[in-house]
Amino acid sequence: MAKIIEFLQHPFVLKAVIVGVLIALCSSLLGVTLVLKRFSFIGDGLSHVAFGAMAIASVLKVGNNMMVVLPVTVLSAVLLLRTGQNTKIKGDAAIAMISVGALAFGYLIMNIFSTSSNLSGDVCSTLFGSTSILTLRNWEVWLCVGLSVAVVLIFVLFYNKLFAVTFDENFARAVGTRVNSYNLLIAVVIAVIIVLAMNLVGSLLISALVIFPALSAMRVFGSFRAVTVCSAVLSVCSAFAGMMVSILAGTPVGSTIVAVDVLVFFACCLVGVLKRGRA
Amino acid sequence: MALITAEKLDLGYEGQVIVEGLDFSVQAGDYLCIVGENGSGKSTLMKTLLHLTPPMGGRVVLGDGLKANEIAYLPQQTIVQKDFPASVREIVLSGCQSRCGLRPFYNAEEKKLAAENMERMGITALANRCYRELSGGQQQRVLLARALCAAQKLLLLDEPVSGLDPRVTQEMYELIGQLNEEGVTIIMISHDIAAAVQYASHVLHIGKHIFFGTRADYLKSDAGKYFVSEGSSNG
Repeated sequence: MAKIIEFLQHPFVLKAVIVGVLIALCSSLLGVTLVLKRFSFIGDGLSHVAFGAMAIASVLKVGNNMMVVLPVTVLSAVLLLRTGQNTKIKGDAAIAMISVGALAFGYLIMNIFSTSSNLSGDVCSTLFGSTSILTLRNWEVWLCVGLSVAVVLIFVLFYNKLFAVTFDENFARAVGTRVNSYNLLIAVVIAVIIVLAMNLVGSLLISALVIFPALSAMRVFGSFRAVTVCSAVLSVCSAFAGMMVSILAGTPVGSTIVAVDVLVFFACCLVGVLKRGRA
Repeated sequence: MALITAEKLDLGYEGQVIVEGLDFSVQAGDYLCIVGENGSGKSTLMKTLLHLTPPMGGRVVLGDGLKANEIAYLPQQTIVQKDFPASVREIVLSGCQSRCGLRPFYNAEEKKLAAENMERMGITALANRCYRELSGGQQQRVLLARALCAAQKLLLLDEPVSGLDPRVTQEMYELIGQLNEEGVTIIMISHDIAAAVQYASHVLHIGKHIFFGTRADYLKSDAGKYFVSEGSSNG
């Protein structure tokens, strides 16, 4: 415990923890909606797109990767949710196509044009997260705080609408709710979260951050509000615990957090079974 | 003036017309049952009445000051809902969404409306229960309460008894009949022709032969005779 407190006194650890916790919070909020709308894989697809965009950005030597990655990811999110509805290529196939396509092109581009001497290291850290979370600059922390506040605010303000659209799109549409606008909102927000989360867990593990807390909470609770609150709490706690373990044991940050998420999921399954058994 | 009038309505999807030249009207207080085989265009008609899909020809006219979003709707259950963690109260309250406009939260009046409709459907005791743990009949009552929160004049029901056992089906029909007696206009899609002719005041039969008229006329018509004998021999 004393060791943890000592660690937290280093500004770079503190920054990493702040960013990690905020990302965990944001991703879990939207996670409930995505899981219930059967869009669990959209996080995965988008993160691969973000990886591809990142590769292009680093080849083009754009000073700030975010300027390329964010718009590209948002655009893909919008396209994916649009195609999810009424096209010849169904939602899951579209996601799979875009995600592996982007992954392949990203690696290809990095391989052909890269000037870095440590290519596989670069790729590995983009895919699985890296120590870059420990070398965050101040403006990056502030950007993350700003975007997180925006995400939480949007979620709270549109909470009832998101519930309505998630539970029953047809009904919502029939009573005049602008379902398409809300789907678009969900797409944009999830894209922003994914770009933020790439720093933390890398692009292969982002889905875990989005879906595990939601699935865990759904094992235990039966109302939308309880599930949302519980998934946010679980996600924040797991992220914090995961980061502490990774600092103490020297394990990679992203995969440690996800491992904690998985453990929490099994614990929640157990609680759910016990709860049902008693009822 | 009728609540809803369909004038020379052509229905279909993906450029293919399924039903042509549909004319019918629904007066306040009517109980219209829409019957027909699978693929005859019943669901498309429902979507057109709800203004979710535009008609391929003709038009739907709303009268008596009825607005497009003042139609209560009981859709068929989706797969998503089977596993949805939501309490009964949350779902019923979501029927008030159109009353909110851009206001983010429900106000006291809307919460009261939700409570009243839960009482009306006899599900007040279930308010805090999780939707996915309820029986099929209870789930339908929850969705009915939600629909009534959205609007009170006109109720559209899409196969309200599919998947319910006979006893619960009977209860559901009685509940709908009771709402009709209280002054709610009902439009119901059904496979269940026997029940349709038992409860409805009017019947719209779509398919190869189109029939629209009162229940008594339907029973005398060829389409009705054929369908009723078919229905009773099957079940």
